[in-house]
Amino acid sequence: MKNFQIIRALSSRTAVTNISKEKEAMFIAGGTNLVDLMKKNVVAPDKLIDINGLDLKKIEFLKGKVSIGALAKNSQVAEDATIKEKHPLLSLALAAGASQQIRHMATVGGNMLQKTRCSYYYNTDMPCNKRTPKSGCGAIGGSNRMHAVFGASDSCIAVHPSDMCIALAALDAQVLVEGPKGKRQIKFTDFHRLPGNTPEKDNNLEAKELITAIEIPDHNFTKNIHYLKVRDRTSYAFALVSVAAALDLKNNVIKDVRLAMGGVAHKPWRLTEAEEFLKGKTVSEEIFRQAGDLAMKGARTYGGNDFKITLGANTITEALIIAASK
Amino acid sequence: MASKKNNPKEVTENDSNSRRDFIKKSGLFTALAFTPPSLVMASENKWDEKIAEYLETVPLSIEVNGKKHNLNIEPRTTLLDLLREQLQLTGTKKGCDHGQCGACTVHVNGTRILSCLTLASMQQNAQVTTIEGLSNGKKLHPMQEAFIKHDGFQCGYCTPGQIMSGIACIKEGHANSREEIREYMSGNICRCGAYHNIVDAITEVKEGGKEL
Ligand SMILES: Cc1cc2nc3c(=O)[nH]c(=O)nc-3n(C[C@H](O)[C@H](O)[C@H](O)COP(=O)(O)OP(=O)(O)OC[C@H]3O[C@@H](n4cnc5c(N)ncnc54)[C@H](O)[C@@H]3O)c2cc1C
Ligand code: FES
Ligand code: FES
Repeated sequence: MKNFQIIRALSSRTAVTNISKEKEAMFIAGGTNLVDLMKKNVVAPDKLIDINGLDLKKIEFLKGKVSIGALAKNSQVAEDATIKEKHPLLSLALAAGASQQIRHMATVGGNMLQKTRCSYYYNTDMPCNKRTPKSGCGAIGGSNRMHAVFGASDSCIAVHPSDMCIALAALDAQVLVEGPKGKRQIKFTDFHRLPGNTPEKDNNLEAKELITAIEIPDHNFTKNIHYLKVRDRTSYAFALVSVAAALDLKNNVIKDVRLAMGGVAHKPWRLTEAEEFLKGKTVSEEIFRQAGDLAMKGARTYGGNDFKITLGANTITEALIIAASK
Repeated sequence: MASKKNNPKEVTENDSNSRRDFIKKSGLFTALAFTPPSLVMASENKWDEKIAEYLETVPLSIEVNGKKHNLNIEPRTTLLDLLREQLQLTGTKKGCDHGQCGACTVHVNGTRILSCLTLASMQQNAQVTTIEGLSNGKKLHPMQEAFIKHDGFQCGYCTPGQIMSGIACIKEGHANSREEIREYMSGNICRCGAYHNIVDAITEVKEGGKEL
């Protein structure tokens, strides 16, 4: 790892001012992704701004919403009693990610900005448009078992790896950020982006902006919910595909529904068409199967990941069945 | 525990002027360059490197197994390398060095974390416990005893991490069933496959109900 300077920020404002002065500076929170990438020389900042001293760790239940500080740890959020009660989908998704040691270190903001796990991105001897623009995409025509089936481009077929973000996309969260130009809010589903021909940009956060919190509006998805993650081993592995399913049922009729998918795109993938299809219908396995098939309709595969179409449809169906039976 | 903010030696944004910039701007090396004999001597003794090395370090106060250390470290030093290379505490193991195996698990301020992904420079005033800090004199920690009794290892390489993680698993309240133990111990890989016996050991310690 290249040596670098490290300084500890004392407030959000000064963290932002400080980072704005430097070209090759980066924030560091839990470090579980950044330190890994620095060891592999995939990123090599000259300066790190340690934001762990900032007052952004609180989970606050406000009128009509919960606000979760960007520095709240993944385990802290997953195990918070009120989060479990009011936002169980988020708790389940967080608990399905990484290991308990990593969840104790990882923060909400860092989780959102974690880089793809595409092996070409991680290997500096390989071409990768995300890491080195215009070097090509190794995964297209290469090893692409883990890769995208929705919204990919000729430049990049990498997927966003987070579990937490799939639940946050389903729950219509908002992202609060602070930058050199002031504060703003971004809709969670607009936060991450598709690769297009600029895959080096994972999201719509502007350079030097700091995530300060996420907010989730209150909702009725507290009972019939499930996060189903399919992976190569039962725990401590990234998703092949995952589904966040939330149903608001009355007498077995679907009043409202949210569906989002992980492991299939460059961003958390909301299944809006399937949601619309399910609204107003009566719960049945057949209906859930139809929703699964409908959701996978526009998928495009790349050889190694052909299995994701069937696996995706089955996972959606299964997640909905489990959610409805709770 | 002392608040991180109160450490006078800590480098915060207020005194962020780079040490490296300082060397560049101070003209230290330029000065040396004007005196050829000293330049020769300096390069023979690698002074420039030594000075740069010293100036590129940051001060760190850290407590490991109850012992306080005041050190100067490079910002890039991981907690794992600090423990093993600088403090000679080699009980904590380096398996993958990338967060994928759990061999480097230690407790920082009472929480289990991966020391390979933790920058030591971010652990100002932290209290660290490693496998070396568990026993009470010659008396082993109950988890260490349980691992021996249940044969919770074969080669032993993952064991320090497993033991540190196992203790935390119980303290966190995640050892209520074999399934729960397996899930919350999944961050500790054992290539020898001693999982069954590891779960036995943790279960016994949990059921023993001793304060850990
Ligand atoms: C072995 C392993 C397995 C894993 N498995 C999973 C898994 O199954 N599911 C899953 O979801 N994740 C998994 N992860 C990833 C893990 O969740 C992320 O590494 C973690 O969430 C990142 O958070 P952090 O605080 O450590 O971020 P850091 O590493 O500190 O930072 C990550 C990035 O975010 C930036 N950043 C951090 N905070 C802010 C902020 N507030 N504002 C602006 N920028 C910021 C940093 O500059 C950096 O670019 C795994 C990681 C490892 C090592
Ligand atoms: S050495 Fe840290 S997780 Fe493997
Ligand atoms: S005992 Fe050999 S790796 Fe676990």
